[in-house]
Amino acid sequence: MVGRAFRCIVWAAIFTATSFLRAAAPAPQPLASGEELLSTGNITGEYGGRLVVALRAEPKTFNPLNAIDQPSRDIIGRMSSDLLHINAISQQTAPALAKNWKVSPDGLKYTLTLRRGLRFSDGHPFSADDVVFTFKLHLDEKVHSPQRDLLVIGGQPISVRKVNASVVEFQLAKPYAAAERIFDSIAILPEHLLAKTFEDGRITEAWSLNSSPAEIAGMGPFRMKEYVPGQQLVLERNPYFWKVDQKKRRLPYLDELVFLFVPSEDAQVLRFQGGETDLLSRLSAENYAVLEKDQDAKAFQLQDLGPGLEFNFLFFNQNSVLPKDSPALQSKQEWFRQVAFRQAISSAIDRNGIIHLVYRGRATPLWFHVTPANKLWLNQSIQQPQRSIPHARELLKAAGFSWKDDGSLVDAGGHPVEFSIITSASNAQRTKMAAIIQDDLKELGIKVNVVPLEFKAVIDRVFQTHDYEAAILALGGGDVDPNPQMNVWMSNGSSHVWDLAESKPATPWEAEIDRLMSLQLSTIRPKERKKLYDNVQAIVADKLPIICLASPNQLVGAKKNIGNFQPAILDHATLWNVEQLYIKK
Amino acid sequence: MTSSLKFKLVVTLLVVTHGVIALGGFFAPYDATTQSRDFPYAAPMRLHFFAPGNGWSVRPFVYGVKEAPGNLDQYQEDRGQIYPVEFFVRGSKYSLAGVFSSNLHLFGVREPGHIFLLGSDGLGRDQLSRLLFGGQLSLLAGVLATMLSLVLGTAMGATAGFFGKWADEPVMRLTDLFLALPWLYLLLAVRAFLPLSITPTRAFLLIVIVIGIVGWARPARLVRGVVLSARERRFVTAARGFGATRWYLLRRHILPQTTYVLLIQAAVLIPQYVLAEVTLSFVGLGVAEPVPSWGNMLANLQQYHVLVSYWWMYLPALALVPVSLGYFLLANGFQDRAATNAL
Repeated sequence: MVGRAFRCIVWAAIFTATSFLRAAAPAPQPLASGEELLSTGNITGEYGGRLVVALRAEPKTFNPLNAIDQPSRDIIGRMSSDLLHINAISQQTAPALAKNWKVSPDGLKYTLTLRRGLRFSDGHPFSADDVVFTFKLHLDEKVHSPQRDLLVIGGQPISVRKVNASVVEFQLAKPYAAAERIFDSIAILPEHLLAKTFEDGRITEAWSLNSSPAEIAGMGPFRMKEYVPGQQLVLERNPYFWKVDQKKRRLPYLDELVFLFVPSEDAQVLRFQGGETDLLSRLSAENYAVLEKDQDAKAFQLQDLGPGLEFNFLFFNQNSVLPKDSPALQSKQEWFRQVAFRQAISSAIDRNGIIHLVYRGRATPLWFHVTPANKLWLNQSIQQPQRSIPHARELLKAAGFSWKDDGSLVDAGGHPVEFSIITSASNAQRTKMAAIIQDDLKELGIKVNVVPLEFKAVIDRVFQTHDYEAAILALGGGDVDPNPQMNVWMSNGSSHVWDLAESKPATPWEAEIDRLMSLQLSTIRPKERKKLYDNVQAIVADKLPIICLASPNQLVGAKKNIGNFQPAILDHATLWNVEQLYIKK
Repeated sequence: MTSSLKFKLVVTLLVVTHGVIALGGFFAPYDATTQSRDFPYAAPMRLHFFAPGNGWSVRPFVYGVKEAPGNLDQYQEDRGQIYPVEFFVRGSKYSLAGVFSSNLHLFGVREPGHIFLLGSDGLGRDQLSRLLFGGQLSLLAGVLATMLSLVLGTAMGATAGFFGKWADEPVMRLTDLFLALPWLYLLLAVRAFLPLSITPTRAFLLIVIVIGIVGWARPARLVRGVVLSARERRFVTAARGFGATRWYLLRRHILPQTTYVLLIQAAVLIPQYVLAEVTLSFVGLGVAEPVPSWGNMLANLQQYHVLVSYWWMYLPALALVPVSLGYFLLANGFQDRAATNAL
């Protein structure tokens, strides 16, 4: 009896102790005079609560200067802000830390006026010096910032100059289309915290996973609170954040934002279904269907946002640099390099079957790389041919292929046409696509082997060893603008997947794509740019360096009690407006 | 008598199961890889004998199905379309034991009707047909790997038991080593070490060889025990006294003693090895799609939505139950017989 009472007391003590240990999130700072805050318009909500979100993997760093993996970028994105920001809904650039911007008539000089009176999440004032410092770091070659490429225009880095405490001037060497978009996602860094590390040459080691929260500060809606490796990462409200709601109350509403590390999508869906997490940013159509059946009973809302920017495609290995001793692959490349062969394959693929079986109708068939989500840039005039086996046979016949008595296809030299497609084994959807293509091409007498490999092995074979025949991959656009895709389409680009890093364009049409892409980069007038990019799309649709298959719809979910939930096609689909999200009581 | 009857029953059950699976092409209405793309994840269809307009019929029939609006994997029976089940129909080509080829199927329905008695998978492939064709592969892998294990085991065990010390020690220590190994992880490691992109036939042979070689130790031990005791029996000593050669002794007097041990081992090992194949294919190291095996069919269950939505995707696991049970009962039966024979 006594023991039991004692245990009760101990438990009560532990409970009170732990509830004190969890320090309350800092209250939002009262508005100060002279603070030029951004009003979010008609947004309103309630303070308090925590939002729990699952991440596919643990972050590798908290340092924006060397973060390339998605989890790190997702977290950094919530702790930092940029000068101008691409609005996820309108897909246009909008003022952020800079309250406005001016472009000189020749398109070479950008003058940005910063908001005054703002503070970093540690309370230190923000000024033009921080902006100049940030760009200095990104442009420093020793830092190896992944964003440096974007800031080098016409072979010359952008030059940055502080005009006064709140005006910064950017000088471009050449006119650059949509130059204001490059300011998006460049996180402004605090000079007062990082200047010394930079001088010591240790800037890339700064803000690692071992850094204490006090060392990290940014201009984003949240700041670092606690990181438990293998378990979770907790961000807390930045009490100095620079946006206010309709009632002039400082955002964000949430006290805390928690990231859990949940490796697979299925596990994420289970956690969400069990009520452990509040949001789901990427959802397969199949899991969407599972949750949909459960939707009435549980308190969540699901949304199909329509086509996204991601596109899946099949491509053949046309690299000239191949692994040693691969005569088989070399002889197969004679087919892969023929436009007619690729056109025949494309014509034989049942894209509607893929949409139906892989995506349960929640996807759009594609014949080239721009998805219908990209309304500004899509070339509407390109035809979308129906699947036709006879047409595919005609193409093959004209290209010198023939059929044996048993129906199998042979090339002009009498070699049977057979190849393997590598896909990521962990991606059930792409494996299924490969199975469908395998069956489709059987009708042409082509034998296809599907080889599911670990994702890393696929990437390694495609980008490093070139030891594959065909592969299925997906690319997603972070932006609707063509500029971020330069590295895919330029023949010397790092993601020119079918033939990596050509020293010069291998075909006349690749040379033409090079010309059009470079030209659009320096063309300022949107209409002319669109025309140039329309031509690129038409070439891709005709020559099929990559055979586009389908673009899945963007599917998201959230608990019903999340207020201001407004998912978008652009990254980050559900957390882009995290400062506005709140928990309805 | 009762135990003998039971034994006969078990043998009949196994023969029938294996017969049906071996003649899978005949019993399956479709080819294992035929995709009916309009019918992914169709639930098992019901056979009907009564139609409201037509009254009762002796010949069973199925209704046509159509997708329920707005739901991809929900289907409704279309009572307007009746497809009688026809017997001994001509359909897709298949081969029996790799020798004869035929296109005669036990049953089927006319196009555009479909008959999915055990439902269909995510690509609209008939689950019954895949179960039968997949069974051929899984069972054959089990049987072949068992034979390999037994041949290896007998050779090693007989050598160790018959030739005594100089052979005994090393062989037995090697069996200790193999028995102590966590065989599943060893299989995974061995398979992962081998090339990934290989044709289904080579993948199949690889699996058989890997499983067979990893499992030789237990039969080797048992055979050694039997040989060791048989070697000292009086009739063996007598034969040796009459000048029989070692090879003659082994062949004529000693190895026949191991028959029951080997039979029991076979009956125990086959289901184990079938399971090993299923495990390897389940984790993606076995025979690759679209060739079915029970393991790669079950691999679909790794996806959450399949796990919670379509119970018929579990059927290959269910098929393992009677097969394993049959073999274990068979092993029991052999043991009983061995005991009575010994008396």
